[in-house]
Amino acid sequence: MYGSDFEDPETVGQPGASALLDEVESAERDLHEAAARTVATGGSTGPGADAALQDYFDAVIAADQKIEPRDWMPGAYRKGLIRQIAQHAHSEIIGMQPEGNWITRAPSLKRKAILLAKVQDEAGHGLYLYAAAETLGSSRDELVELLITGRQKYSSIFNYPTLNWADVGAIGWLVDGAAIVNQVPLCRCSYGPYARAMIRICKEESFHQRQGFEILYTLARGTAAQRQMAQDAVDRWWYPSLAMFGPPDSDSTHSEQSMAWKIKRFSNDDLRQRFVDMCAQQASVLGLSIPDPDLRWNEERGAWDYRQPDYAELFRVIKGDGPCNRQRLRHRRQAHEDGAWVRDAGSAYAAKQAARRAGKRATEQVAAA
Amino acid sequence: MTSQPTPAEQTPAATGRAQWPLWEVFVRARRGLSHTHAGSLHAPDAVVALRNARDVYTRRQEGVSIWVVPAAAITASSPDEKDAFFEPAADKVYRHPTFYVVPEGVAHL
Ligand SMILES: [Fe+2]
Ligand SMILES: [Fe+2]
Repeated sequence: MYGSDFEDPETVGQPGASALLDEVESAERDLHEAAARTVATGGSTGPGADAALQDYFDAVIAADQKIEPRDWMPGAYRKGLIRQIAQHAHSEIIGMQPEGNWITRAPSLKRKAILLAKVQDEAGHGLYLYAAAETLGSSRDELVELLITGRQKYSSIFNYPTLNWADVGAIGWLVDGAAIVNQVPLCRCSYGPYARAMIRICKEESFHQRQGFEILYTLARGTAAQRQMAQDAVDRWWYPSLAMFGPPDSDSTHSEQSMAWKIKRFSNDDLRQRFVDMCAQQASVLGLSIPDPDLRWNEERGAWDYRQPDYAELFRVIKGDGPCNRQRLRHRRQAHEDGAWVRDAGSAYAAKQAARRAGKRATEQVAAA
Repeated sequence: MTSQPTPAEQTPAATGRAQWPLWEVFVRARRGLSHTHAGSLHAPDAVVALRNARDVYTRRQEGVSIWVVPAAAITASSPDEKDAFFEPAADKVYRHPTFYVVPEGVAHL
């Protein structure tokens, strides 16, 4: 379905994106349909009957229904989800920085308004996800703390710098594109609040990818220097984007359990392939080249052969040694500390208003007595 | 009840700064539809909760009306989504019109 449909490049704006959006809608439909079915087994469960609780949990998962916040769930399911959702939320929040860097220098008012809206969406994504993580019993303060003290990670892609305006295009096309490929299957995740947040996020992401594609498309049809700028940005962002799908399946940890619980639906390599197929076709529409000398169509596999990203680099960046790790974290910590007075003022004002209301009620009661 | 062991003494929260309370957000998408739960957020009071809800949940005209409710004020039916609480409705099929056999030739029933 991806990349194997070669329509006339002129008539195709951005293939793949609409197919992915269809998948989001079908995930949403399935969510409603599965909810309408009743779970087959797990009938009478008395409280405290652990085996019965586990049976019911398994039956809900098997029926492709959603686990909801107050359902019983295995400890490892809860813990793994909190970690995954929190790290996903952190990525959205840190992900505002590379593009935020260009808001004041966007080439036109239109581009500035679009970029502002996009970055605001990413803040929203972070907030939907923090809220989903909180339904599992963790607190917002705790999650923020885990991020700014570096004890929880965010996507390593955001540790790369945005050197010029074309990078904003490359991020939209490649980074948001990779995010969509990763996130669309999460719309079917077995945990209800996460799945619902992902449906919402994916619908918004397609605008992100398109605006990036449009920036590159425009540059690629501009002056020679603009064209060169676009190509340079794609050259720098291609491999870090491929690395977003994580290590190859051969050394990917805790994937199996995640698959069994229907949190993860496809392997890292499957998703990476899907992304490469999508981009190979889109790059030809852009008229830009993908910096991979091994990239070629494999008739037999019905997919593009490609060169793997440098996983040693990925792990280096994850461990903290990327071009911008320290800067990103320092910036987030500073922003959080700078916002402390706003949080304090909000609380103080709320307390004062509450005290006033209580005082007024007391006076009224005295007057009435 | 969290599963992440956090050394509380290291967090600013431990310095006595309380987290803003949690609010549940309900959005009416269009006239004629009921308010539907959209998600939740933190805010110090109802006015700020409403403004934040607008920015977080209705950036694309997803609603014509928003309710915000302090999460702590919600009383829920049961500790999980399936419970004996709903069993009384299970054996009352006569509450549905399909329970009744309508003789041939009756119109508008
Ligand atoms: Fe996002
Ligand atoms: Fe995005």
